[in-house]
Amino acid sequence: MTAPRKQRMAIVGFIVAGSAVAIGLVLFALSEGINVFYTPTEVAQGAVPTGQNFRIGGMVKTGSLRTGELEGTLVEFLTTDCAIDIPVSFTGVLPDLFREGQGVVADGYIDSNGVFQASQILAKHDENYMSAESVAAMEASGATCDP
Amino acid sequence: MIPELGNFSLILAFCLASLMVVIPMAGAVTNNQLWMSLCRPLSSGIWVFMILSFACLAYAFLQDDFSVNYVARNSNSLLPDRYKFAAVWGGHEGSLLLWVLILASWSYAVSLFSKNLPLDILARVLSVMGIITVGFLLFMLLTSNPFERTLLNTPLDGVDLNPLLQDFGLIVHPPFLYMGYVGFSVAFAFAIAALLSGRLDAAWARWTRPWTNAAWAFLTVGIALGSWWAYYELGWGGWWFWDPVENVSFMPWLVGTALIHSLAVTEKRGVFKSWTVLLAIAAFSLSLLGAFIVRSGVLTSVHAFAVDPARGMVLLTIMLIVIGASLLLYAIRAPVVKGSASYTLTSREVFLLINNIILVVATAAVLLGTLYPLIHEAIYGEANRVSIGPPYFNTIFVPLMGLLAFVLGVGTFSRWKKTSVSYLKQQLSKILIASLAFGIIIPVVVTSEVNISAIVAVVLALWIVFASAKDIFDKTSNKQNFIKGLKALSLSYYGMQLAHLGMAVTILGICLTSHYSVERDVRLAPGESEIIGDYEFIFEGATLVQGPNYQADRAVIRVLRKGEEYITLEPEKRLYFATGAVQTEAGINVGLFRDLFTALGDERGGGSWVVRIHYKPFVLWIWLGAFLMAFGGILAVMDKRYRSKKTVAQAELVNSANVNSTPKLATET
Repeated sequence: MTAPRKQRMAIVGFIVAGSAVAIGLVLFALSEGINVFYTPTEVAQGAVPTGQNFRIGGMVKTGSLRTGELEGTLVEFLTTDCAIDIPVSFTGVLPDLFREGQGVVADGYIDSNGVFQASQILAKHDENYMSAESVAAMEASGATCDP
Repeated sequence: MIPELGNFSLILAFCLASLMVVIPMAGAVTNNQLWMSLCRPLSSGIWVFMILSFACLAYAFLQDDFSVNYVARNSNSLLPDRYKFAAVWGGHEGSLLLWVLILASWSYAVSLFSKNLPLDILARVLSVMGIITVGFLLFMLLTSNPFERTLLNTPLDGVDLNPLLQDFGLIVHPPFLYMGYVGFSVAFAFAIAALLSGRLDAAWARWTRPWTNAAWAFLTVGIALGSWWAYYELGWGGWWFWDPVENVSFMPWLVGTALIHSLAVTEKRGVFKSWTVLLAIAAFSLSLLGAFIVRSGVLTSVHAFAVDPARGMVLLTIMLIVIGASLLLYAIRAPVVKGSASYTLTSREVFLLINNIILVVATAAVLLGTLYPLIHEAIYGEANRVSIGPPYFNTIFVPLMGLLAFVLGVGTFSRWKKTSVSYLKQQLSKILIASLAFGIIIPVVVTSEVNISAIVAVVLALWIVFASAKDIFDKTSNKQNFIKGLKALSLSYYGMQLAHLGMAVTILGICLTSHYSVERDVRLAPGESEIIGDYEFIFEGATLVQGPNYQADRAVIRVLRKGEEYITLEPEKRLYFATGAVQTEAGINVGLFRDLFTALGDERGGGSWVVRIHYKPFVLWIWLGAFLMAFGGILAVMDKRYRSKKTVAQAELVNSANVNSTPKLATET
C-alpha cells in the first residue's frame, strides 16, 4: 500500500472503530438509563416484575399523605388513577409542588409487600401543569373521580 | 398607544427584513453594487425598529399596562421594577421578541464590522440572516404577538411572573443564552453565503472565526448561568439534570466547540472545508431545534413554555425549511473533497479531527437520549412512555470527555502537517509522569481515601494544565527573557490556553463535586443539629417573614466550624400571593474550595422541618471553568489579526500556498 492509502485506511479504521465503540456505549447506556412508565392499573395487573425500576404516575389521593407521624424524613401516600391505588413510600424532601389531589410522577420499584419504593419524586415547576404521564394514567384508567 | 407603536415597529422591521432578503441577494446575483450596498442601511433599520419595539414592551411592563395580554400574564403591580423589566423575556412572546432583537443586533454588528469583507459576501450573509429574521418575525406576528391587547374588561392586576424567574439569574441567563444561540446564525449565514458564492476558502474561515468564537463564548456563559441559577434557585442542590431543555442548549455548544476547532484547521491549512460548513449548518440547526423543543411542548421540562401545537407546527416548518434548504444547498455546492494539503496521522490536523469526532459523537448521543422518548412514543403508541435518565447520559459522556481531555494534551504539542512520534513522546513523557504522580498523590493525601474516579479526574485536569504550561514555556524559551516571550505570543494563543485551562477547571469541579459531596436530607426540630466534617449545622427553627409580593418561612441555621461560631444561613420557603406558588430559596455559603448548601424542604409537624444540608467541595469551579472558557473565546475574538486590512490578502495567499508549503518549524528547544 502507498503511504497516502495507508493513511486513509488508518483514518477509516479509526472512524469505524470509534463508531463501533460509540454505538456499543449508547446501547449499554440506554439499557442502564431507560425508565418505562406504568400506570397504577398496569402495576396492579402485574405488568412490572418486583424489584424492576420504573416510573409510576397518577394523582396523590386526598387524605392519604402521612408525613409528620413517621420516622425522620419518611413519607407515605397513595398514588391513584381513580381505578387503583398504589401505596408509595419515599424518604427525603418533597418537591414544592407536591400536593394531595395533584399529579405526581415517581421513580422507583415495587417491593415484596407491593409498596412502591420511590427513589425520586419528580418536581414539576408549574402549578397549572399536570405531567403528561399523569394525564395518560388518568385517561388510560377511564375512571373519573375527585382524588 | 405605546403598545401599538411597538406592534407597528415590529411590522416595519418585518417589511425591512423582507427587503433585506430580496434586494442584496438579487444584487449579489446580478452584480449590482447599489442593490448590494443597501444591506447595510437595511440591517441598521431593522435593528432600530426592533429596539423600539422592545422598548415599547418594556415600557408597558414598567407602567403596569395590563391591557396588554402578555403583560397581564407575566407581571403584577407588586412585582419589583427590576423583575418587571426582566419579565419582558419571562414568557414565550417576549422571549421571542428578545430572540429576534438579538438576531437583528448580530446582523447589525456584522454590517458594522465588515470593512474587510467583499460587498457581495456581506450582501449574501445579511440576506441569509434576513431570511431567518423574516421567518421568526412572521411567526411572532401571526401566532405570538406580545402586543395583543384586551381593551374591554382589562384585568385590574396581572397574574404575576413565575416565582422561579423572580431572580437575578433570570435577568441575565436568557440574554446570554440567546446571544449564543442566535450568534451561530452568523456562522450559518457565512457558510450559506460561501456555498452560494462558490468561494469556500481560508478567507471564509477567517471571517467566520471571530463571530463563531463570540457566539460560543456567549453560549458558554449562558449555559453556565443557567446551571448556576438551577443550583441556587431550584433548591435540590444539583447543577445539571440532563433535562431536555438543558440538552438542547448543550448540543449547539458541543457542535459549536467542534466548529471553532475545525475552523482553525480550515483557516490555517485550507482543509476540512466541507466538514466545517456542515458543522456551521449543524450548530445553528441545533439552536433552532432548541427553540422548537422549548416552545412547542413536545417534551415536558422545567423550561417548557405554554404548550401550543399551532406554534409548534410553525416552528417545525421554519426549522425544516432552514435545515432542508441548507443541506440541499450543501449537497449541490459543497466542493468535491480534494486533498489540497497533505498531513500525517500525528499532525495537529488529525488531533483536531479526533476532537471533532468526539464532540460530534457526544452530540449525537445527547440528541438520541433527548429525542428517544418521542421516538419510542411514535413507535409504540402514546400509552408506552419512557424517560431517559441521567445514568444514560453519564455513561456516555464521562468516558468521551475523559478521552477528549487526553487528546487535548497531546494536541497541544502537535504541529501542523507533521509531528514526529518521537518528538511527541519526548514532550509528553515528563508531563504524563508529573500529572500521574501529582494526580494520585494530591487526592489521596488530602482525603486519605482512594477514589479512582476522582484520581482520574485530577490526573486529566493536571495533564491539561501541565501540557499548557509546558507549551507556554517552550514558546517563550528562545526569546531574551520570559516576559518578552510572553508579550510576543498572540491574543488568540492566550485565548486557546485560557479556554483549555477552563476545561480543566470545569472537569475538576464536576468530578470532585460528584465524588466528594456529602448530602444529607434530615428532619430537624428547633435546636437539633447535623454534623458534616468540621461543620455543625444547628437548626434554630423557622419564622414567618413578609416580602414585597410573598411571605416566607425563613429558617435560621447557625453553622459552627470546629466548634466555633462561623456563619448563619437563612434558607426560605416562599409563598407568592398572586399565583399561590411555592418556591424554595437556598441558603448557601459560597467558597472557592467548598459550598455549604442548605434548603428547606417541607414542614413535618411540631416545628420540625426536612432540611437539605449539603457540603459541596469545588462546586464553584464548574462555573469558574466555564467563565475561563468564555473569556478565552473573547480573547481570541480580540486578536488583532482579524482586524488588519491585510488579512484577506494573506488568507488567500495561505490558500494558494498551502499546497506546497513546508511545515512551519516548531520552536523546539
